[in-house]
Amino acid sequence: MPERDSFANTLLVAIGLSLVCSLLVAGTAVLLKPNQLENAERFNRRTILDVAGLYEPGVDIDGLFASFEVRTVDLSNGQYVDAMEVGVDVPIPDELDLARIHRRARFQTVYILRTSGDIEQVILPVYGSGLWSTMRGYLAVAADGTTIRGLGFYEHGETPGLGDQIDDAEWRTQWSGKRIYDDQGNARIEVVRGTVHPGAAAVYQVDGISGATLTGKGVTDLVRYWTGPHGFGAYLGKLREQFDAAR
Amino acid sequence: MLRDDAKKILFEPLIDNNPITLQILGICSALAVTTSLLPALLMCAALVTVASLSGAAISSIRQYIPTNIRIIVQMTIIASFVILVDQFLKAYAYETSKELSVFVGLIITNCIILGRAEAFAMKNGVGLSFLDGLGNGLGYSAVLIAVATIRELFGAGTLLGYPALPLASDGGWYQANGLMLLPPGAFFIIGLLIWAIRSWKTEQVEHPAYQIHEIHRHQVL
Repeated sequence: MPERDSFANTLLVAIGLSLVCSLLVAGTAVLLKPNQLENAERFNRRTILDVAGLYEPGVDIDGLFASFEVRTVDLSNGQYVDAMEVGVDVPIPDELDLARIHRRARFQTVYILRTSGDIEQVILPVYGSGLWSTMRGYLAVAADGTTIRGLGFYEHGETPGLGDQIDDAEWRTQWSGKRIYDDQGNARIEVVRGTVHPGAAAVYQVDGISGATLTGKGVTDLVRYWTGPHGFGAYLGKLREQFDAAR
Repeated sequence: MLRDDAKKILFEPLIDNNPITLQILGICSALAVTTSLLPALLMCAALVTVASLSGAAISSIRQYIPTNIRIIVQMTIIASFVILVDQFLKAYAYETSKELSVFVGLIITNCIILGRAEAFAMKNGVGLSFLDGLGNGLGYSAVLIAVATIRELFGAGTLLGYPALPLASDGGWYQANGLMLLPPGAFFIIGLLIWAIRSWKTEQVEHPAYQIHEIHRHQVL
């Protein structure tokens, strides 16, 4: 054993310790991975139930989740396709890439909730860049294709205490009842700076979170992208037509 | 002799030398994770585990740690244990671990842990260092559990999520105190707790380090 404060011992201890610690950490991570993935998947389903307004503490998550019809949508034309075709990637043109995600899958999974045969709401997967991270969540839209039922994120890395208030239950309840499109079909929905003032525009607006302007902008952009022409625009348009025809 | 020592090391940090109320360390997480009891309990378990294991681990190699990199070595060991605990929480208590967000990770920089490593584990044997970490972790836990119980009970009328006081909003008699759930609520409770302990154990009262001299106005004029 070399002398304690010698160069050789310093190197030896540093390397030895790093090796042992990395083995320990990596080993645990690998060992616990299946459990963590299962938890993440359950939380994912919980988020879907939550944005649909079905989640309460203690409910049977898997049982309720089974009431959703899971379909795959081709975003280019808004048609349902067979799930077998999943896995084709398309680049997003820069001028359309509001959510700053560069590429997206051509086919996306949607979760449809029906009451006595008619579509009641659809839950769409949405994601986009916030301040630090990619925020991943779900947007619930009513059968009219424009009224929001809820928005919730299951994964993000926004600033704790500021940006992570997008998970705050009170902030999230504001989304319910807001409208995505105006009468001309433009996506107007946005997270404003400060609070929403009563008026004609209020139905398209959600309060900003103080200290989280950029996270709020990210949320606006990702909702507008995924409800826009390059996102679920065509699909929601079809939904709207069906809804108007039925009335 | 050794048994008395061990006892003292284990129990002294509970009240007589409590890391939060006497040394005023680890306040950040004590304010942040005490809005309800369950996350506070998990946080306590995490901190107790890291404090005792890292104390024992650091003590076991203390003869070999080169002086000039000793803080880095301590931090590496502490950080490894924190990641370990965090992985376990994510695997077995996923939703509460989401609620704790960064605070489990921040145990790495918790002054209590590094303080015990540097002040105790570097100079004492493995068993005693383990007990010292355990004792300090339990001292931290005692305060956290007390604060979280008060905040959840009076702020939300529940304990561990189960209704304890019937809320006025549900037809009961108790009007929930929203201040308890806000960060200042924790400040007040910890402040009052420190006051109460120091009134009981007067030797904990700090004497002013500097006395302002009385001004004799006639001398100046």
